[in-house]
Amino acid sequence: MAEQLSRKKIISPEKIFMGMTGLFSLSVLLISVVVVYELFSASEPAFHKFGLKFLITKEWDPVQKVYGALPFIWGTFYTSLLALLIALPVSLGIAIFLSELAPAWLRSSAGFLIELLAAIPSLIFGLWGLFVLSPILQQYIEPPLSNLSWLPFFTGYPLGLGFLNAGLLLAVMIIPTISSISRDVMYTVPANQREGGLALGMTRWEVVSKVVIPNSRSGILGAVVLGLGRALGETMAVTMVIGNTPQFSLSLLDPGYTISSVIANQFTEAFDKLQISALVELGLILFVISVIINAFAKLLMLRMNRFSGGARI
Amino acid sequence: MADKIAVEGLNAWFGKTQALHDIDMAVPENSITAIIGPSGCGKSTFIRCINRMHEEIRGAYSNGRVILDGEDVYGSGVDPVLIRRRLGMVFQKPNPFPTMSIKENVVAGIILNRRLGRHEIEETAEKYLRRAALWDEVKDQLNRPGVSLSGGQQQRLCIARALAVEPEVLLADEPASALDPISTAKIEDLFTDLKERYTIVVVTHNMQQAARISDRTAFFLSGHLIEYGTTDKIFTNPSDKRTEDYITGRFG
Amino acid sequence: MKTDFRYIRRKVFGTVMLGLSLLAALAAVSMLFWILGYTFIKGISAVNLDFFTKLPTPVGVPGGGLANSIAGSIIVVGMAGLMAIPVGIATAIYLSEYGRGVFASTVRFVSDVLAGVPAIVAGIVAYALVVTRMHRFSAFSGSVSLALLMLPIIIRSSEEIFRTVPDTLREASFALGVPKWKTILSIVLKTASGGLVTGTILAVARVGGEAAPLLFTSFSNSFWNFNPGQPMATLPVDLFNYSISPYQDWQQKAWAAALVLVGMVLLLNISARLYLARKGFKR
Ligand SMILES: Nc1ncnc2c1ncn2[C@@H]1O[C@H](COP(=O)(O)OP(=O)(O)OP(=O)(O)O)[C@@H](O)[C@H]1O
Ligand SMILES: [Mg+2]
Repeated sequence: MAEQLSRKKIISPEKIFMGMTGLFSLSVLLISVVVVYELFSASEPAFHKFGLKFLITKEWDPVQKVYGALPFIWGTFYTSLLALLIALPVSLGIAIFLSELAPAWLRSSAGFLIELLAAIPSLIFGLWGLFVLSPILQQYIEPPLSNLSWLPFFTGYPLGLGFLNAGLLLAVMIIPTISSISRDVMYTVPANQREGGLALGMTRWEVVSKVVIPNSRSGILGAVVLGLGRALGETMAVTMVIGNTPQFSLSLLDPGYTISSVIANQFTEAFDKLQISALVELGLILFVISVIINAFAKLLMLRMNRFSGGARI
Repeated sequence: MADKIAVEGLNAWFGKTQALHDIDMAVPENSITAIIGPSGCGKSTFIRCINRMHEEIRGAYSNGRVILDGEDVYGSGVDPVLIRRRLGMVFQKPNPFPTMSIKENVVAGIILNRRLGRHEIEETAEKYLRRAALWDEVKDQLNRPGVSLSGGQQQRLCIARALAVEPEVLLADEPASALDPISTAKIEDLFTDLKERYTIVVVTHNMQQAARISDRTAFFLSGHLIEYGTTDKIFTNPSDKRTEDYITGRFG
Repeated sequence: MKTDFRYIRRKVFGTVMLGLSLLAALAAVSMLFWILGYTFIKGISAVNLDFFTKLPTPVGVPGGGLANSIAGSIIVVGMAGLMAIPVGIATAIYLSEYGRGVFASTVRFVSDVLAGVPAIVAGIVAYALVVTRMHRFSAFSGSVSLALLMLPIIIRSSEEIFRTVPDTLREASFALGVPKWKTILSIVLKTASGGLVTGTILAVARVGGEAAPLLFTSFSNSFWNFNPGQPMATLPVDLFNYSISPYQDWQQKAWAAALVLVGMVLLLNISARLYLARKGFKR
């Protein structure tokens, strides 16, 4: 480091202070190195045993000591995509309402309430999903859906617990993330863009759909990516409602399993080293996915900030 | 010449502050009317009241009448969205839509009401880009984003976009103030040509520009219309002392 | 005529879409009240003095509380804060006051990426780092996992706060001949202190509700424990264990724990935000 070399020559308090805070910054990098190292080294036994087959193996059998990640990877992505599908339109609606429709006094208070939704611990969502949403789904929503069982999405029995419940719950949990970032991005669309649309004789909705949203599209994409990241890693709420059954199913009514819930459920009671290692390897997969997603979101944001004032994601 | 627009007793507010006081003004058809006055005197507010853009600002409102071809723009049952299609507007800072290509920008207003085939889009784009004197410069790059053009070209693109809706009036708020002299000259020439088809109201800070292109000139001061008459008269023999002070550069 | 019809369609469609966006906002706000209201109704009957002062009782034995896990949560989160807050704020100082080059951008980038790491992964890291070496679950390992989650949050919020300190303040101090490091310690930190407190409270509120990383680090404990080297009960972990149990009275306790947890988290959030609003900081 440059500052360490020069400290030998002139030991000024200035240099010391800068060097100290610089060392703390360096520690952030070291910490992330440690994170990566620990994840790799603890998953080494499982990787040694199963190699890349781990990713495509369907069985998860502690008795036979065969561990495969596929049903969990599937469950993680399936629930998250489901959540996105539900959350995106709702979040855009909220963002449009907050940035384009709401009077000033309502803007801040409604925005605050929606952000409070993000502050509620995921356990509480899980509790609500388990005791409130699940009976509702089981009695009123899933029976009619199961009549559509000629579609692969609606086969199986109404259990109240499974992909549908988890997807809905995750949707509620990522709506605050997506809507508040989208709203911030929509705010930054310059007034002269909106006025350009109005002056052409656009209706309010046309200004939103043809000017505001296209102008915000990379920011909205960033919001979606961050929401996806949050959904993929979400643990407690999903663990409580997913049904915890490792299977590879398209049906929304079926129970499933996700990477994070199998870790939450089995880590403490894992009875052999290999199982622990396989669980850590699942964690590593989750880690890699989340790093890719967040790095992507961050790059999107940098790109957007270059083009406009831009909101901070 | 018949009056295209007649403004009668127009007042405008931003919240509690009144920005326009009791404006009366008639704009003849197929003419260029220049609005001049010091910064903050209400020029922008005035032309934004004509096409009902003023009310789009939070807390802004107005009263009085703006009569377009005998019909009050503020009359009950008049839809501002429809009125704006008859009163095209060009802004100080060029504002092409950044996610649209040049030709998409030109037809952005038309396709709200009418589906255009690919061929029709090209034809329409050509027609209005020609009318905005931009065609020769962009004819080989119609699919590039509108924001890839220079400032002056962007402004003419915005003019083409406004013209494509076939308005009767073109309102321009300092359309050349962000541009270099060559681009400015192009816009001025363009306006003089467009006068044949449209009625033009242009806000300008530049008095030479007003003198060069306009038929009539209105001088605003602190939200009041001080003097309004033919450009010749205003610039050579103004009847109000304040007008004279302003055009001779004694203030503002 | 045809145009008119088209325009009516445009107008109706636009109104419907904007109406739907209003509906979306209403739906989100009602979800908030539904979840909070339900938690309150289910939890309030089991929240009493015993809940805060007594140890848990075995299944079937009425009464008892979660005093140990409330204290445990405070200890585990507190130790996490002791680790994360100084490092986070010092890093933020470097990033905002000295950080122009590649090194700083790297730190910023890595920290932002760390912010997106799932909580459960932080738990695994703390497990591998501490639990496997100590050969037992411990409060300390739980704190390490929470500190890992807190650190990037604190770095980001603090850096943003430092950036809101106007440069004119710094320049005024330089002009008086005060060296940069003293300016930072006196002027910048002092001006930013309100924002730093808010950011820290929000970070605490954010990790205080986490159960995932604690399940296999601080684990749980039915008794009092103040030794960071031993397993320690925490409110989120107890909440989870009780909620998935088949026993009515444990589920009842889970709701009470939920109410207390939500109450604490919301209280922290609301007070932090009100404080911010009063100080006139922008988010
Ligand atoms: N959005 C607004 N909110 C409140 N007041 C405003 C707003 N826009 C303009 N005003 C006020 O209304 C008055 C008229 O403003 P206007 O923009 O019409 O002036 P202008 O003549 O166009 O000035 P310029 O030459 O600088 O463009 C000014 O006093 C201004 O301060
Ligand atoms: Mg103006």
